[in-house]
Amino acid sequence: MSEETRVETIEAEPKAWEPKIIGFLCNWCTYAGADLAGSSRLKYPANLRVVRVPCSGRVDPQFVLKAFERGYDGVLVSGCHPGDCHYSKGNFYARRRLMLLQRFLDYMGIEPERFHFDWISAAEGQKFAEVVTEFTEQVRKTGPFPGVGDQSQKVE
Amino acid sequence: MARVGVFVCWCGSNIAKMVDVEKVAEVAKTFPNVAYSTNYKYMCSEPGQNLVKDAIAEHKLDRIVIASCSPRLHEPTFRRCISEAGLNPFFLEMANIREHCSWVHEDRDEATAKAIDLTAMAVAKAARNEPLFTQEIPLTKKALVIGGGIAGIQAALDIADSGYQVWLVEKTPSIGGRMAQYDKTFPTLDCAACILTPKMVDAASHPNIKILTYSEVENVSGFIGNFDVTIRKKARSVDMDKCTGCGVCYSKCPVKLPSEFDCGLGQRRAIYVPFPQAVPNVPVIDRDNCRWFKDGKCGACAKICPSQAVDYSLEDEVITERFGAIVAATGFQPWDPSAYGNLGYGKYPDVITSLQFERLFNASGPTEGKLVRPSDHQPPKNVVFISCIGSRDEEHGYPYCSKVCCMYNAKHALLLKEKVHDAQAYVFYMDIRANGKGYEEFTRRAIEKYGAHYLRGRVSRVFQVGDKLIVRGVDTLAGKPVEIEADMVVLASAMEAQPDAKNLARKLGISTDEYNWFSEAHPKLKPVECLTGGIYLAGACQYPKDIPDSVAQASGAAAKVVVLFSKPSLESEPTVAEVNETTCVGCQLCKEICPYTAIEPKTIFDRSGNPVKTVASVNEGLCHGCGTCVAGCRSSSIQLKGFKDDQLLAELDALAFAEID
Repeated sequence: MSEETRVETIEAEPKAWEPKIIGFLCNWCTYAGADLAGSSRLKYPANLRVVRVPCSGRVDPQFVLKAFERGYDGVLVSGCHPGDCHYSKGNFYARRRLMLLQRFLDYMGIEPERFHFDWISAAEGQKFAEVVTEFTEQVRKTGPFPGVGDQSQKVE
Repeated sequence: MARVGVFVCWCGSNIAKMVDVEKVAEVAKTFPNVAYSTNYKYMCSEPGQNLVKDAIAEHKLDRIVIASCSPRLHEPTFRRCISEAGLNPFFLEMANIREHCSWVHEDRDEATAKAIDLTAMAVAKAARNEPLFTQEIPLTKKALVIGGGIAGIQAALDIADSGYQVWLVEKTPSIGGRMAQYDKTFPTLDCAACILTPKMVDAASHPNIKILTYSEVENVSGFIGNFDVTIRKKARSVDMDKCTGCGVCYSKCPVKLPSEFDCGLGQRRAIYVPFPQAVPNVPVIDRDNCRWFKDGKCGACAKICPSQAVDYSLEDEVITERFGAIVAATGFQPWDPSAYGNLGYGKYPDVITSLQFERLFNASGPTEGKLVRPSDHQPPKNVVFISCIGSRDEEHGYPYCSKVCCMYNAKHALLLKEKVHDAQAYVFYMDIRANGKGYEEFTRRAIEKYGAHYLRGRVSRVFQVGDKLIVRGVDTLAGKPVEIEADMVVLASAMEAQPDAKNLARKLGISTDEYNWFSEAHPKLKPVECLTGGIYLAGACQYPKDIPDSVAQASGAAAKVVVLFSKPSLESEPTVAEVNETTCVGCQLCKEICPYTAIEPKTIFDRSGNPVKTVASVNEGLCHGCGTCVAGCRSSSIQLKGFKDDQLLAELDALAFAEID
């Protein structure tokens, strides 16, 4: 969006702070679970923006960091339940990498509450709605993300 | 620079009601690379698709973003659409503003803002999409059907009749499944055996069908067109080629056990055929209970067998075979009603399940068709049938309706009167669900012509007084409690998924719902396909179904297999990993990670043939495109086509630009 439009939108609709959350959802389970939440007309907060990935194993832990670097307030990653991975074991790699990342976040001074990793199957529309609702509230409580490291790197 | 066209769909009122689609299309014009943006009521309709095609030509668009429903629904539709307009189908991106937006949010401004964001993300990714090309992969035109019940038999017969080879794998010693246990079928009262057994014989004698009974699928690898399946053929202990099916062996076996086929009401031996019409009619030895295998003594069956077919030394056989398609038709199991302590199942012998009742009726059942009480072998006079045992009852069983119980209750009430003329049937029900061809009429017949007494209400308790069972319940229509002196109580227990359904689903790589029923790809439009290509569903493994529905779905699944096999070859998914050989240091971590052994080391040589370095190399035929290697690569030298780092990060950036300060 161009600079002018952005300013206009923000000025036209001054609103209270809303957490910005990015979600990396695996195509086979959680993305489908989110679709099911939709076709079941379940309601959840509108703060999540979804990036579709083939597998939670595709999610480079750096994506999570880069999302914070770009100013997101929370990051959600979700894939198939252990044992149910469409690619047989991609989610096991995701689990190892993201567990490690979760501990690393604290070390970096990023509240671990800003990051959530969950298993949501294609049949769990209800769970998807619940997880998004709870996580949104959790991020809201944690407050706006103050930024990482050198603020001059941040996209303006 | 890319010229992106954005097409925002109203989906009638599905999206337009909650999202200001005109605003989304208007704002989209300001996104980087966007050359054209519009909105339309039904983008997937023919005029909608023509609109996209015309805009591609008119505005020289080379990347397309459709903001509409889930890509899991219409990505193939729009890929086809833009490829008809001359674009590479992978130049398409979809923004899911229906399932992920308009249907789940209640504030129009919030939903519109989100739809704008989702569209911005799709635009950012689309601008970085590269042309991708599919490759031809070979197709094995042989099908595997798992489960030898009526659905599996029907699917196998239909595929085989189309001229393709089929293997039918059945876990138990005979094909036939649940239907073989039934006596009559509603609403026509056809004898189940009379309509099933000819099909069993057809399957067994069909030149294109190979039946493996007493066998289980152990492992499945590969993908659509080329599944490598390992099947364990359990040791039967009887040589199938030598056995003549004379039955002398089981008449001499000294071990008596409750028969699974007769639901514990009858007996079988340690060497047995489950039922007289079994296909194949070859006995099997239950090694857990056979004296020879337990103590090394006895051997009566081997001594008596006139054709020396009994062979204790036979071992499990493991077969690996390649199939192009798999039909899962594993059926259901009846739910165990012991959870209802108040109904006395398992405590009183005359409280039985409907399937047990069915066996008591059956001419080849434990009583040879004489309807008698299990306790004293006297014909019952008053029989109480209780519906919804484990169905529509979250507290004890499942919230879903098992669909067939209302009908078989009516059938049993009707047949009871035919067998025992002075008997009286009482049916406790919650609702009568008779929604099928001839079903309502059938139920009315049981009530009006056969005098079945239907009571709308639940039973609170069943207890014994003398040789009678006292059934205490309520008739909610009369508004008063009722007490019936019954001779027999029949529980219409729910249908539940097979205990190993989840396990099989994992092997097949398909998903299950919360009750372990197999999930279809789309509840309306893809009811027999799975999300995993090349795997189809038939019968009650998907959710409770009656025989006509199971047979119809089996033929549907068979048709899908035949459609697949009618192609000369398949197209591979082009979203596979690729290695940047310039930066790859050849650490081979990706090779370790890959779930499909699709990565191999490759040595690069200079012009004079001297090795320069070793790098990773992707076998595109084996790569499934999960991207696990990409996230693992230390030097970002491996990328997944269609989901490259810069494409995914562009989605993040799109929002960073649009929304975040």
